[in-house]
Amino acid sequence: MTEQSQQLEAITQKEYKAGFVTDIEVDSLPPGLNEDVVRQISLIKNEPEWMLEWRLKAFRHWLTMETPEWAHVHYPAIDYQEISYYSAPKKKTDGPKSLDEVDPELLKTYEKLGVPLDERARLAGVAVDAVFDSVSVSNTFKDKLAEEGILFMPISEAIQEHPELVKKYIGSVVPHKDNFYAALNSAVFTDGSFVYIPKGVRCPMELSTYFRINAANTGQFERTLIIADDDAYVSYLEGCTAPMRDENQLHAAVVELVAMDRAEIKYSTVQNWYPGDENGKGGIYNFVTKRAACRGESSKVSWTQVETGSAITWKYPSVVLQGDNSVGEFYSVAVTNNMQQADTGTKMIHLGKNTSSTIISKGISAGRSQNAYRGLVRIGPNAENARNYTECDSLLMSDTCGAHTFPYIEVKNPTAKVEHEASTSKISEDQLFYCKQRGLDAEDAVSMIVNGFCKQVIRELPMEFAVEAQNLLGLSLEGSVG
Amino acid sequence: MLTIKNLHASVDGKEILRGIDLTVNPGEIHAIMGPNGAGKSTLSNVLAGREGYEITQGEVIYKGENLLELEPEERAQRGVFLAFQYPVEIPGVSNVYLLKAALNAVRKYQGLEEVDAMDFLTLVREKMKLVKMNEEFLHRNVNEGFSGGEKKRNEILQMAVLEPALAILDETDSGLDIDALRTVSEGVNALRAEDRSIVMITHYQRLLDHIVPDFVHVLSEGRIVKSGDKELAKELEKSGYSWIHDAPEGETA
Ligand SMILES: Nc1ncnc2c1ncn2[C@@H]1O[C@H](COP(=O)(O)OP(=O)(O)OP(=O)(O)O)[C@@H](O)[C@H]1O
Ligand SMILES: [Mg+2]
Repeated sequence: MTEQSQQLEAITQKEYKAGFVTDIEVDSLPPGLNEDVVRQISLIKNEPEWMLEWRLKAFRHWLTMETPEWAHVHYPAIDYQEISYYSAPKKKTDGPKSLDEVDPELLKTYEKLGVPLDERARLAGVAVDAVFDSVSVSNTFKDKLAEEGILFMPISEAIQEHPELVKKYIGSVVPHKDNFYAALNSAVFTDGSFVYIPKGVRCPMELSTYFRINAANTGQFERTLIIADDDAYVSYLEGCTAPMRDENQLHAAVVELVAMDRAEIKYSTVQNWYPGDENGKGGIYNFVTKRAACRGESSKVSWTQVETGSAITWKYPSVVLQGDNSVGEFYSVAVTNNMQQADTGTKMIHLGKNTSSTIISKGISAGRSQNAYRGLVRIGPNAENARNYTECDSLLMSDTCGAHTFPYIEVKNPTAKVEHEASTSKISEDQLFYCKQRGLDAEDAVSMIVNGFCKQVIRELPMEFAVEAQNLLGLSLEGSVG
Repeated sequence: MLTIKNLHASVDGKEILRGIDLTVNPGEIHAIMGPNGAGKSTLSNVLAGREGYEITQGEVIYKGENLLELEPEERAQRGVFLAFQYPVEIPGVSNVYLLKAALNAVRKYQGLEEVDAMDFLTLVREKMKLVKMNEEFLHRNVNEGFSGGEKKRNEILQMAVLEPALAILDETDSGLDIDALRTVSEGVNALRAEDRSIVMITHYQRLLDHIVPDFVHVLSEGRIVKSGDKELAKELEKSGYSWIHDAPEGETA
């Protein structure tokens, strides 16, 4: 190994900083999955009958399904009977209405993670919903948003307070039959965020949810539903961490976005779930279904993701472009190091006329990791003048990692224009030397070059998230090039 | 400032530097000339600490320290600056960002505070005037899409910002038009100082009309085969390098 590679290796051997465990009393269900468990979750949440029926239907369908195996990832079969499907910090009252009622241990946890829940402590106006294992523990700025008619609350609360909205939209973008994990999620989802932006309202602040897996042997099955009505705009941020554990933990979320006429939704994710150790022990299985429907004309949805964590990532945030002139965007950075595996990408389904989509994917692989981009661009027969531009770049930091690209293109309308560009390169020793010659240490040099490589994506993130993402990129690659 | 003694270096077992001796005192300007493939860039790379060279013999003392034991960034932080013959492009990284990170890395080593964004901009604007660079270049990605001459100018801008103690300029004049050559030379001259030494590698006498060196050396086949003052460069211009080889052994320095 050259000195350079050793240095790079040293840089990429990072420590996972969010790996601590919060010692807190919890209510949880024993491991296992059957109809009774589904009923119990629904009962704990005091759900209406229709919600329970919806869950049961999903569960019965799930029983008939098989684990998808087409992704470029390998892991031992998951025993769904060993997972606990519900864990929540013990409540003193019916659920925290204000921060005073939130357990101080929990507040400390979020503070340590750099997510202060105290409204006064927040810098820019960012409203936060914090999901701890299966439940939402704090939801800030709710009243202020309510003045604008914006609903931002845990989905379990929305089911109680706005059943008509939930009933109308849940499962309308990702039906429970969609895939194995979506069906499982539909049966056992415990919490997540609900957002509704009324007609003509621009949400005045970034909305954000912070997901934290704490309890051992617990799956996190969150469900997020965001609806932007005609001419509405919202920018939503999602961050995730989990403690370091030797066992793998399952995170199977479903996120549905609906954009009506001329509405715009910007959805940004910084995913930093525990990736496992350098030998691949432990880490989160991140099996997520995220999909947006651009239902209205001239509507727009942008997904931006920076994925640095998880042992395995299986995730394809997609946009169904139904409305004429609608726009879908996908900006992604996926970093894999050590033994991490990522199979991620997007689907852009063009149905309406003059629809356009942009896909920018940056994959960075280090160590012995495997990083795959998988993308589908489908132009339906009625999608006159549809446009897609795809750019997929891979950066290799070692000789032992793998980068793969699986683009699928289906064009059923002759007026479509679809462009695809792809590149794979190794981190350049010349660039590293150049930066070092200017005084930067190896770590900063790698971080600078990698951030440059990802710039097209990072600049899509809201300011405060961009800074976090840049730091994370540096950290995730600590100890890696070769 | 810099003492190189009997330096031998090879690449993949092939010896390229075959016994270099050179002493550079503070404030001096040395020009190194010599045919293509003589080992000039190799010497600069070895001094800057690039990987891939095996030092088989000799030593390099810089300000009392064994330079060859330091990492490239440690050398840079201590004031060794290399203006590259072929500056690399770094996509997505703005010129100003790299400059600021570089300056702060050097300042950190010197025990100084980081410069804040405003002070830094003021400083850079000042330095850009020195090499007549347009501010637009600050926000472009490092060397990306720069013309050959713009890249060279950018190297001198970096030098002006970092204020190194020892600057090695590897063919900074190549690819410059006549006006640019004058501008860059004026920039370098403005950076001349009693405590700053400059080693310039060049193929052309005309650079030395602008930046007058204290010494001129001829490097050939991995050795310094002749040293002299600026007149030596003029003779070389007239007679070429074969003249050196034909000269009797005793005349080499
Ligand atoms: N990495 C390498 N692998 C193999 N040979 C090398 C390597 N680096 C340099 N050399 C060889 O060493 C010799 C000296 O190269 P160097 O770049 O130092 O020459 P130079 O004096 O700077 O020439 P020029 O005037 O053309 O810039 C050349 O023959 C070159 O091919
Ligand atoms: Mg050269």
